[in-house]
Amino acid sequence: MKKAWIRYCACFALLGVLLAALLVWNINAGSVAFSPGEIFYTLLHPSGGGIIWGIRLPRVLAAAVLGGALSVSGFLLQTFFANPIAGPFVLGISSGAKLAVSITMILLLSRGVTAGSMGLIAAAFAGSMLSMGFILLLSRRVKQMSMLVVGGVMIGHICSAITDFLITFADDSNIVNLHNWSLGSFSGTSWDNVKVMSGVVFTALALAFLLSKPIGAYQMGEVYAQSMGVNIKRFRVELILLSSILSACVTAFAGPVSFVGIAVPHMIKSMFRTAKPLVALPACFLGGAVFCLFCDLIARTAFAPTDMNISSVTAVFGAPVVIYLMASRRGGRMKEGA
Amino acid sequence: MKDGYLHTRDLAVGYHGKPLIQNIRLELARGQIMTLIGPNGAGKSTILKTIIRQLDRVAGTVILDGAGMERMSEREVSRRMSVLMTGHIHPEWMTCEDVVATGRHPYTGRLGILSREDWEKVAQCLELVHAAGLAERDFSQISDGQRQRILLARALCQEPEVLVLDEPTSFLDIRHKLELLAILKDMVRTRNLAVIMSLHELDLAQKISDYVVCVRGDRIDRQGPPEEIFTADYMMELYGAARGSYNALFGSLELEPVRGEPEVFVIGGGGAGIPVYRRLQRQGVPFAAGVLAENDLDYPVASVLASQVVSEKCFQPVGEGAFRQAAAVMERCGRVLCPVAAFGPVNERNRLLREMAREAGKLEEVPVRCG
Repeated sequence: MKKAWIRYCACFALLGVLLAALLVWNINAGSVAFSPGEIFYTLLHPSGGGIIWGIRLPRVLAAAVLGGALSVSGFLLQTFFANPIAGPFVLGISSGAKLAVSITMILLLSRGVTAGSMGLIAAAFAGSMLSMGFILLLSRRVKQMSMLVVGGVMIGHICSAITDFLITFADDSNIVNLHNWSLGSFSGTSWDNVKVMSGVVFTALALAFLLSKPIGAYQMGEVYAQSMGVNIKRFRVELILLSSILSACVTAFAGPVSFVGIAVPHMIKSMFRTAKPLVALPACFLGGAVFCLFCDLIARTAFAPTDMNISSVTAVFGAPVVIYLMASRRGGRMKEGA
Repeated sequence: MKDGYLHTRDLAVGYHGKPLIQNIRLELARGQIMTLIGPNGAGKSTILKTIIRQLDRVAGTVILDGAGMERMSEREVSRRMSVLMTGHIHPEWMTCEDVVATGRHPYTGRLGILSREDWEKVAQCLELVHAAGLAERDFSQISDGQRQRILLARALCQEPEVLVLDEPTSFLDIRHKLELLAILKDMVRTRNLAVIMSLHELDLAQKISDYVVCVRGDRIDRQGPPEEIFTADYMMELYGAARGSYNALFGSLELEPVRGEPEVFVIGGGGAGIPVYRRLQRQGVPFAAGVLAENDLDYPVASVLASQVVSEKCFQPVGEGAFRQAAAVMERCGRVLCPVAAFGPVNERNRLLREMAREAGKLEEVPVRCG
């Protein structure tokens, strides 16, 4: 046990250092460069405006919080489906949220109203629950987890197609914004957005953390979890709600972001050599934050001044991990073995 | 039976509300092992899954420790009952110790952190199943036999009063089967556990069970102590087996005999005949066996494999009548085999038979066994 705790501490320390470094680097990077000294000075003397306070810091915080949320959402879904390649994007949950948000935005814009943060989250949540519902129905029919993932990908494509269709035919000048958002980006985040997303994400995280014990039991499979005293029906609902609200929150603010939900939990579990939720949940959050900060850094700087959409970058780094997982399957709980 | 710790009252089990087996009345006391036997797909697992509430009851009640299980919370049940079910589990990144530690789940707090005493219990349970050396090993990288032991340790670590096991010995080699059941038997005795399980191995079921329940598709066919259940005829009937035979005393199986006029006569006794009988059966040669006392070790096998057996009453020397009959049968056979080496007052006439065969040039050399 002791050796394990030393590893956990070392890994947490590493993640902490990476997070701090990337935060500073992200604030620094861009068309206007700041020295670390200037950054710290500005951070210690808050003001309403300026490039750091007005533009970069909210974006950096959003990338960190939403990245963490996606990663945790992926971890919860992997536990639920007992499948290492489950994630909000792969299962079409992000795309469902995207569709619902697009519809809401178009409807509201056509009446000249801009949607508030909470409204967008609510729409995204409804959309992700809809996709989730389909996935759950499908999971009753198909026994093979790989088929379920294929089903999720299909649902994702259908939702994306409808979204594209709506965006193409929607008549509004704001559609450019909508288009950018639908590809995924952390740009244009306001301080109000950061407050709302932090509130939602950290509440969901705290609740997930309180579910550590049943999550740990559930990793042993449903039968054993029940025999260990877990109320399976209630637990499944809680898990679904939490993972959906987390990924919905991300989609509402940053659009669909791919592969973070699969790649990060996998890397975290391999790094910590444990999937125990008590350790893995906070670690996945930190890992997701680091991963998304890194990807956003590349998105902003690789082809500056053009911003790439964040999904392109996360896919480049995340998709190979998924391919590796599919190919190796080691340690994965694929249902075929059952 | 004395005070049933776990009993079912008019339980009906099945899927989607459709009863498969009805009116199940089982009663299991602590310190007892109850085993469900029956053909594949007869519903053994369905009953066990219903008892552990993995499946919904169709009707009736399961009463655990005096209370109806439908009114008990998961946690209340989990402190009294633990399970070891079939189907592989593949938890990620878990050592064997971690897996056993999950057994402490019903006793830990909100976040499931184990106390020092909990870890001591984990270590004890690993010790109990002789798996202390596996503690740090990755659960997904140990053998089937080790995995079942670890899962048993997990179930024991939950400190249950009743243990439910679904075919715990499947896929295990004989060493691990015996080890697992020995540990189980010890636990039942030392911890006063009640055990209900399903087993495929009739020989083991006969030896380990205090009470046997025969499940047969749509009903509980019979239940009772093993000596009442394990009879040759009933076992063949329960499993609908038409070919071959079941030996009730040893719980062993024999293939069906080769029928027809005997071509070979085997002079057996004391167990020496059995390998010869089996070889002839494999080669498809009909044979006669003699002269065997009815309490001879060879007799039960000869009687199900030979097309003709010449026998003598228990504890009697081979008499004149049996001798003459054997000589007549031998006369008609082309070959005679005698794997017996030792002769005494009881089988003196078998020696005479051997001499007769040798004189007739029918005796073939076979490896001599004991006896």
